[in-house]
Amino acid sequence: MSAPAAKAAHSLVQWRKPPRSLIWGGIILGLSLIVAIWPSLFAPYDPTTFDYNALLKPPSAAHPFGTDSFGRDVLSRVIHAYTLDMQIAVFATIGPFIFGTIVGAFIGYAGGIWEAIFGRIVDATITFPFLVLVIAIVSVLGPGLGNMYVAVGVVGWVFYARLVAAEIKVQKRLDYADAGKVMGYAPLRIVFRHLLPNAITPAIVYWMTDMALAILLGSSLGYLGLGAQPPAAEWGVQIADGKNFMNTAWWISVFPGVAIVITGLGFSLAGDGVAELLRVRR
Amino acid sequence: MMGAASENSGLIVRGLTTTFDTPRGQAIAAADVDFDVAPGEVVGLVGESGSGKSVTLRSIMRLIREPGHVSGRVEWRGRDLVAMPAEELRKVRGGEIAMIFQEPMTALNPVLPVGVQIEENLVAHTTLSARDRKARALELMNIVGIPAAERRLQEYPHQFSGGMRQRAMIAIALACSPKLLLADEPTTALDVTIQDQILKLLLDLRDRLSMSVVLVTHDLGVVAATCDRMAVMYAGRIVETGTVADVFRQPHHPYTRGLLGSVPRSGAARTVLQSIEGTPPSLTNLPEGCAFHPRCSFATERCLKERPPLETVGAPGRAAACFHHSQVAAAEAIL
Repeated sequence: MSAPAAKAAHSLVQWRKPPRSLIWGGIILGLSLIVAIWPSLFAPYDPTTFDYNALLKPPSAAHPFGTDSFGRDVLSRVIHAYTLDMQIAVFATIGPFIFGTIVGAFIGYAGGIWEAIFGRIVDATITFPFLVLVIAIVSVLGPGLGNMYVAVGVVGWVFYARLVAAEIKVQKRLDYADAGKVMGYAPLRIVFRHLLPNAITPAIVYWMTDMALAILLGSSLGYLGLGAQPPAAEWGVQIADGKNFMNTAWWISVFPGVAIVITGLGFSLAGDGVAELLRVRR
Repeated sequence: MMGAASENSGLIVRGLTTTFDTPRGQAIAAADVDFDVAPGEVVGLVGESGSGKSVTLRSIMRLIREPGHVSGRVEWRGRDLVAMPAEELRKVRGGEIAMIFQEPMTALNPVLPVGVQIEENLVAHTTLSARDRKARALELMNIVGIPAAERRLQEYPHQFSGGMRQRAMIAIALACSPKLLLADEPTTALDVTIQDQILKLLLDLRDRLSMSVVLVTHDLGVVAATCDRMAVMYAGRIVETGTVADVFRQPHHPYTRGLLGSVPRSGAARTVLQSIEGTPPSLTNLPEGCAFHPRCSFATERCLKERPPLETVGAPGRAAACFHHSQVAAAEAIL
């Protein structure tokens, strides 16, 4: 058999049709990412320029999403907010994901006293509603995006660690873990090279969902004035800006809200798709 | 005991006892197990499910986890594996002693290609370069008889058939040319023709690599076909040992006799297969005296009170744990 032929046959076996949810989720996220990286290409106006001749104008040809109380173009602000909100989705979750996964892998494998200590930390954390805990921490640290990442990280890693620890506990009792031991592999090698790739799937799926939740959280904190600070274009901040004008200028709040829903949907679909794809792999 | 191998540098197991603390009391999964494996020898551990044969094998490799507890000595080339520090044990595991498992699908890592898994062993125990590891992996695939080796190195375990998986498992285990292979029912999950191929492969590898093999199985046919010596286990204890030929010709323990009677044989008159009445005892609640007495037709008053020790009967290296071994041996041939 010639090498290229062998390669083709090989990749044919490997190829699996991606689930439809992943395709749609991927399209939404891909477009969101493009908008987030090059917002000026899409935004018709500068997001922070005031225009006192066009205050609270309803949607029109000149301003498809209308204008806000400072005459800023809502469409441009929604578009520019992609940069910040996509950034929140990633930055608020990647730290907890990595740290939680490592800690969870260690706890799941070590078990015993470590597991007991970790169990108490989990209990202490989930006793408080997530949002309340994050708000409390941000209040202590002071408002702003950087402190919001810290606050979310301090609380969020627990959930990843719990998922990974539970999965590692299952995996370490399977024969291949014993086989690894019997081959004389060091514990770190067994955990991270052999067990973790088998245990990380739920954490990845949760991560996708968590990114959607992070956008909501970022918007909530932005709304409360604890996250992104005005005049930055951020969906939560924008909704907060519009809250006094709900009866007269609904468009200020509604369009950023729609953007949140669509992006959240993208992450959720992608999460479902990844879950399905990895399940088939097994 | 089995004097045949005690003075050389193989595996010497003495008084190996494995217990598990359970809510219903202490379960004695293996008790006072003694056996030796000489270099190049194939020893079979036989018994029903729950007789302690797999536990014995796992105890040797220190794979028993909490709440299990292992005591006794497992001497490998003069060093005690039970007391060995973890660091040193890692070098022995995989490097000098390897193990293969019953169900190759679960014993292989599902997310790593087979080639990577072979190389993992080489990374752990050798200083070979990436290129040499690749070459060695290819060589091993050829040794264990996996066709289109180059391509299959890239494939995942789920793309292998049952027999090929077990071959891959063997290739991984043999990567560093171990001197002792512990095989835990390696053919139980395979169909009979594949089973035969795998056993032939193991014997062939034993000859080529001059390694010893401990083969755990419940299949007497497998023992007869592959092993030099055998040890029969019941309720965690070895009840009879000897060369395969001797034990098959003239069993000295009623349990062995029962096992042999339950195997169909060719060349004999057609009769109903004999089975052993009753079920194995609960390990948390072993009967007094000889653990086999409730199922034994030779049992007397003495068997209910005293536990028969494993004593040499006849030739050296031949032992049985039965007060009535001479009667059992003298009883009419089975079928």
